[in-house]
Amino acid sequence: MSISIRVDGVELSGRDGQTIAGVLLGNGQRTWRDAHDGRRGIFCGIGVCQDCVLTVNGVEGVRACQRTAVDGDVIEREGRA
Amino acid sequence: MNRVVVIGAGPAGLAAAASAATAGADVVLVDEGERVGGQFWRHHPDLTDPRLQHQLGRFGRLRESLSTVRMVSSASVWRVEVDPLRVHVLVGPADATGRAAETLTADSVVVATGAHDRVLPVPGWTLPGVTSAGAIQALAKRDALAPGESTVVAGAGPFLLPVAQSVALQGGRVAEVVEAVGFGAILRGWGTKAWQLTAAAGKAGELSGYVASLARHRTPYRFGSAVTRIHGTDAVEAVTVQRIDTQWRPIAGTERTVECDSVGLGHGFTPRLETAIQFGCAISPDRFVTVDAEQRTTVPGVFAAGEITGIGGADAALAEGEIAGLAAAGAASDDPRLKGAAAVRRRMHAFAARLEVHGIRAGWTAWLDDDTIICRCESVRRNVIDEYVATSSRGMRLATRAGLGACQGRTCGRSVDDITGAAGSTVGAGFEHRPVLSSVRIGELAGLSNGAGTLDTEPSGGN
Ligand SMILES: Cc1cc2nc3c(=O)[nH]c(=O)nc-3n(C[C@H](O)[C@H](O)[C@H](O)COP(=O)(O)OP(=O)(O)OC[C@H]3O[C@@H](n4cnc5c(N)ncnc54)[C@H](O)[C@@H]3O)c2cc1C
Ligand code: FES
Repeated sequence: MSISIRVDGVELSGRDGQTIAGVLLGNGQRTWRDAHDGRRGIFCGIGVCQDCVLTVNGVEGVRACQRTAVDGDVIEREGRA
Repeated sequence: MNRVVVIGAGPAGLAAAASAATAGADVVLVDEGERVGGQFWRHHPDLTDPRLQHQLGRFGRLRESLSTVRMVSSASVWRVEVDPLRVHVLVGPADATGRAAETLTADSVVVATGAHDRVLPVPGWTLPGVTSAGAIQALAKRDALAPGESTVVAGAGPFLLPVAQSVALQGGRVAEVVEAVGFGAILRGWGTKAWQLTAAAGKAGELSGYVASLARHRTPYRFGSAVTRIHGTDAVEAVTVQRIDTQWRPIAGTERTVECDSVGLGHGFTPRLETAIQFGCAISPDRFVTVDAEQRTTVPGVFAAGEITGIGGADAALAEGEIAGLAAAGAASDDPRLKGAAAVRRRMHAFAARLEVHGIRAGWTAWLDDDTIICRCESVRRNVIDEYVATSSRGMRLATRAGLGACQGRTCGRSVDDITGAAGSTVGAGFEHRPVLSSVRIGELAGLSNGAGTLDTEPSGGN
């Protein structure tokens, strides 16, 4: 089954059960956060490094590798505070 | 009836919960993941290619024996207490707001929090496309994805084999596998009886499967080499592969460029010690939880099993978990049920001892540039860390901010130790001492502070 999420206004589809990171990577997007020195995406894949955070349905700082994508999720990328 | 709380539902925690339940205990098993299985069994029922998943039969049997166990998934343990033993969890989707808080009281606790990849920094390692080797496993098993079109897998140890296989099975190309240890040293380290040993450990079939997969895909496997530089502007474009000496110092003049769009780095694993440290368990000089023959830690009622007591793979974790669960449920030390697991544990420890040949050697810091980022969260560079070499752990963190970012030093702590030459010292202990054990929002903390014990003033983890 496929699901669809909206990332910075763009509709992306993924497979039911994938993480948000999985949906982004499956759509060829490797980075979704600005750090001091460049862009970041997934690094550890298991919730340890915190490199992959983004905003999900208005809640900031959600680890994309730990959160299962839910149909209709609205995602925003994060810049460095 | 003994009430046992098991923290972590990987092979060790599952085995502990199952054996404690069999021994008649009232068991609660908590894990922050959405499904039980830990790093080894992180398959998704619909997405995972079954060829990526080993020992599913064992997993099924374990699950069946957990019918009387209360299993709480998506449950992050954020604080633990002794006297009485208490485990504080927040239950709900990862990093959500307003998760449900619960406090579990126990007569005994089994800590089975596992490990994560140790990744040594290298110039260019913050470029998009660089991940840990474990992330490649996680992406393959959980999300059914290859990390890119063409991947270099580099680091040390036999874990690089399943990682390379996962890339290939997901349809990616493995440009090269780069192992830090020389072939001769591996042969000597694994010993002349290596195959007998791995056969005894039940690893032969798994290993030969990986080797066959590499051969089938004609994957080059380089020994005695490291990725000493990663190139690219917006993302990975290539790596420099270079020969290294036995101390892992790069050998000038041996550089080769390998084109790729992704890199998986894994230099072994480092245990997730923070829960055990918060309980007050003694930690050995090589930074594992100290346990006795029944997996008892130095804190009464607290047991530890799996990768936090030593890196030995899933079979060792299963055996240790089984012993810890029985002992936590109150089995006597001459209980006949302990025997079989103890024998497996002995075999697996003999196997694990051979992994030492792949242990990180001090010379790796020679492949860093002055301005290579060491702490990814706070973008702290090597030359800044060098400036504060002589200071304490706390001084280092406050002056440089290394380890003060969102991951709380989980990614950089051991590397900072290596750079400052402080291996096994208080610097590491400082990095691993965390008042908050997993990501908790300030708002959640504020709502929880009653009854959850007093927090000390060290900077908190999470967001
Ligand atoms: C990313 C990764 C991928 C791996 N893939 C493989 C593989 O494919 N094949 C292989 O042979 N080995 C793999 N390993 C090695 C693996 O660590 C061991 O073989 C085995 O899984 C260890 O079992 P364990 O029970 O000790 O720990 P783990 O399997 O790591 O289980 C620990 C569990 O504790 C939980 N936990 C930790 N802290 C908390 C907390 N504060 N609150 C709640 N829960 C918590 C975690 O969510 C996890 O489920 C991998 C390791 C990593 C890090
Ligand atoms: S990639 Fe490390 S926390 Fe998500």
